[in-house]
Amino acid sequence: MDYVKLINCMRCGMCLPHCPTYKETFLETASPRGRVALVRKFQEGELVDTDQFLEYVSLCLDCQACASACPCGVNAGELVAEFRCEKKAGQGLSIIENAILRQLVPHPDRLEAATAPLRLYQLSGLQKLVRSLGLLKMFPAALGRMEGLLPKLPGAPLRKTIDEVTPAQGTEKGTVGFFLGCVMSLIFSEASIATVELLSSLGYKVVTPKDQKCCGAPNMLGHDFEGVKQAARFNTDLFEGDAYDFIVTDCGGCGAELKKYGHHLDGEAKATAFSSKVRDISEILANEAGALKEKLKPLNLKVTYHDPCHIAHCQGIRSQPRALINLVPGIDFRELPEADACCGSAGTYNIEKPEMSDRVLARKLANVEKTGADYLVTSNPGCLLQLKKAMAEQLPQVKVIHLTELLQMSMNG
Amino acid sequence: MEKTFIKALTDIVGESYTLTDKESLACYGYDSTPELESKPGVVVLPGNLEEISRIMALAHDAGVRVTPRGSGTNLSGGSISFDAGVILQTSRMNRILEIDEENLTATVETGVVTSTLHREVEAKGLFYPPDPGSMNISTMGGNVAENSGGLRGLKYGVTDDYVMGLKTVLANGEILKTGGKVVKDVAGYNLNQLLVSSEGTLGVFGEITVKLIPKPKTKKTMLVHFPQLEQAALTVSHIIAARIIPATLEFLDRVTIKCVEDYAHVGLPLDVDAVLLIEVDGHPAQVEEDAEGIRQICERHHCSYFQTAASADEALKLATARRVALSALARVKPTTILEDATVPRSCIAPMVKLIQETAKKYNLTIGTFGHAGDGNLHPTCLTDERDQDEIKRAHAAFGEIFDATIAMGGTITGEHGVGVAKKKYLPKLVGESGIKVMRGIKGAFDPNGILNPGKIF
Repeated sequence: MDYVKLINCMRCGMCLPHCPTYKETFLETASPRGRVALVRKFQEGELVDTDQFLEYVSLCLDCQACASACPCGVNAGELVAEFRCEKKAGQGLSIIENAILRQLVPHPDRLEAATAPLRLYQLSGLQKLVRSLGLLKMFPAALGRMEGLLPKLPGAPLRKTIDEVTPAQGTEKGTVGFFLGCVMSLIFSEASIATVELLSSLGYKVVTPKDQKCCGAPNMLGHDFEGVKQAARFNTDLFEGDAYDFIVTDCGGCGAELKKYGHHLDGEAKATAFSSKVRDISEILANEAGALKEKLKPLNLKVTYHDPCHIAHCQGIRSQPRALINLVPGIDFRELPEADACCGSAGTYNIEKPEMSDRVLARKLANVEKTGADYLVTSNPGCLLQLKKAMAEQLPQVKVIHLTELLQMSMNG
Repeated sequence: MEKTFIKALTDIVGESYTLTDKESLACYGYDSTPELESKPGVVVLPGNLEEISRIMALAHDAGVRVTPRGSGTNLSGGSISFDAGVILQTSRMNRILEIDEENLTATVETGVVTSTLHREVEAKGLFYPPDPGSMNISTMGGNVAENSGGLRGLKYGVTDDYVMGLKTVLANGEILKTGGKVVKDVAGYNLNQLLVSSEGTLGVFGEITVKLIPKPKTKKTMLVHFPQLEQAALTVSHIIAARIIPATLEFLDRVTIKCVEDYAHVGLPLDVDAVLLIEVDGHPAQVEEDAEGIRQICERHHCSYFQTAASADEALKLATARRVALSALARVKPTTILEDATVPRSCIAPMVKLIQETAKKYNLTIGTFGHAGDGNLHPTCLTDERDQDEIKRAHAAFGEIFDATIAMGGTITGEHGVGVAKKKYLPKLVGESGIKVMRGIKGAFDPNGILNPGKIF
């Protein structure tokens, strides 16, 4: 770890009010400034990595709200992640982390195969039976949580069923490569179908290469940097050349990772060119606001928007999604208090640190309730999973949808 | 730290709010002051006034030293415990107890974050003006203890202009109530004003009642470039002389302008000596008139550029340069030493010149920005704590800058407090009798010297 990055922290405390775990605890050890101090003192040999020490640093959600707030460019979240990555490299992952983050999620084929029984399980009514009998209580707690997070899965992964080429409607403006995130494909395929439909209706030819692999973000969470590089190389090769004007994704996590390929592959020209073409769907659509507006029909809905960390903090995208929601005639947009605060999903955090995740989530729910909105819009699958489950249980009057689903709804009238 | 003492603290606040693990002690061993650090013996987080009182009574009986701490944004080492004592951390006490719209007051617990109070009172059309740079995390208790200022100081004053009542826990645990909601109160010594800026050495604030004023109806933001420093300084003086009191009158020098431009690319020219950010607020008609007056004065002093924001968004854009000044400077090097030398506003040009010459003499990079309207400048030295030689030169340079400040009739600290960082300069400013009186006051409040020892003098 680069020591200078640690001493760049001038301890001004500007990160504290933005840190979800600080806001819950008011403890310096649970703040970004505190975590940087801890890691620095570890590097300096003043502290050792006791269980207590690791407990403190692992309470970080890595939402990077601190990075957005830092006046001097310190990314405490990333520094803590890097520290944990270096630690983990020596120690290995927990069984759950290893299974999810290295063996399963980065491999679309395995992931699709693994979720096939789940789909069957849900379709066959077994899920209802298992839930009603409370069989999940017999599962280890973490597995029980995972099961609960899964919404109803689509009939088949979108990656299998989507057309490789969706032609532009009307005059063709350009060609975009669609990077279909794993979770979007497996679980939120309807949102990705909406994404493709929107792009096509705005005059973009959409190419979705079926061979695409995971973006590498789960490898990063699993502290497997080699895996990240392999993913970066594979996808860079797959989307190589001038065929694409942009590479679009509707998954905040993928977008944030894809934009870092240049960095991951040490500034290699091909990877840098790839990263510079990557756009979150909201960036593309906001640039087409004029054309899009003409296609939208009124929706009389009260809508609020939750900023996913991977969109707001990692990619700096805040105004575009709001502008797009406001394009829809008839919408009563209500700004969500603390909109860019993490929802507590944070990769596998909600499984690994359920107690803090629930506290962070409860704050989000209270804020959503304050808006009186009946639709909560967001644009990242992790947030969708977390918030859909929470709303269904606690605020059933609020529906959670992806930004592109809202726009599609308006387009279809 | 004795086990029985820690056990007794635990009995007051509970186990989860009595911290003794190495990691916690390390994390409460610093505030925002560069180079200073020292681990406390224990950290305690009371949840209410009563608990503060019991903690102080306990510490008093045990002869243990206590340092109050809000969010640890202090810039003079004031919230560090240098003798392994107790850090009394107030962040849990964050309730706004009352916003009284008839008496125009707000009563808050000590740990309420300043900007939270801003938000809550502004939602009711009211205004609490003090806006220190750290307002998004600084606590009201800390603001009172340091008498924090901010950008709006010129027109609206600083924290002590708003403190009306305090509930303060004294060194022996007694609760002292001073002031209240009345505007006029001449019963005995003005203890409120004495407690403001006492830097945690006279008592621990539990509850604070502040004055609120109506929120200004509108404001106008202007950005002005000056090729010559003297002309910018004259402009400042002449605006005030023309009986216009802007809410904000901020200044950036050439070094700061370059750093801001390198970092934020806001379109500042690199060949000007000074940039002023001016904001006037109040009744729309008055605001129009003031803004026009300011424009004329700026043009008379050969500004090379003058822009008035046409919308709230544009105002935000214009203010960017000033808003990011500290960030832009802080990014240049790992260590940032931010000072707050303050001179009568007529001395701004000579002061900035002197800072620039001193920087050159000691081969340092010092950017100066700050509140030109009230003479409160922030010479900011960009350095690296690992370069001992440079750090030494930085301290020598600031020594000269403070001497000059005093000679010009200014003060060594306009808003950061004396703490430990400025201790050695205080006698030069207030003289022997000043120190003697302050020691007398300290003795009257805290005869055993357990409250934030070693600070101020």
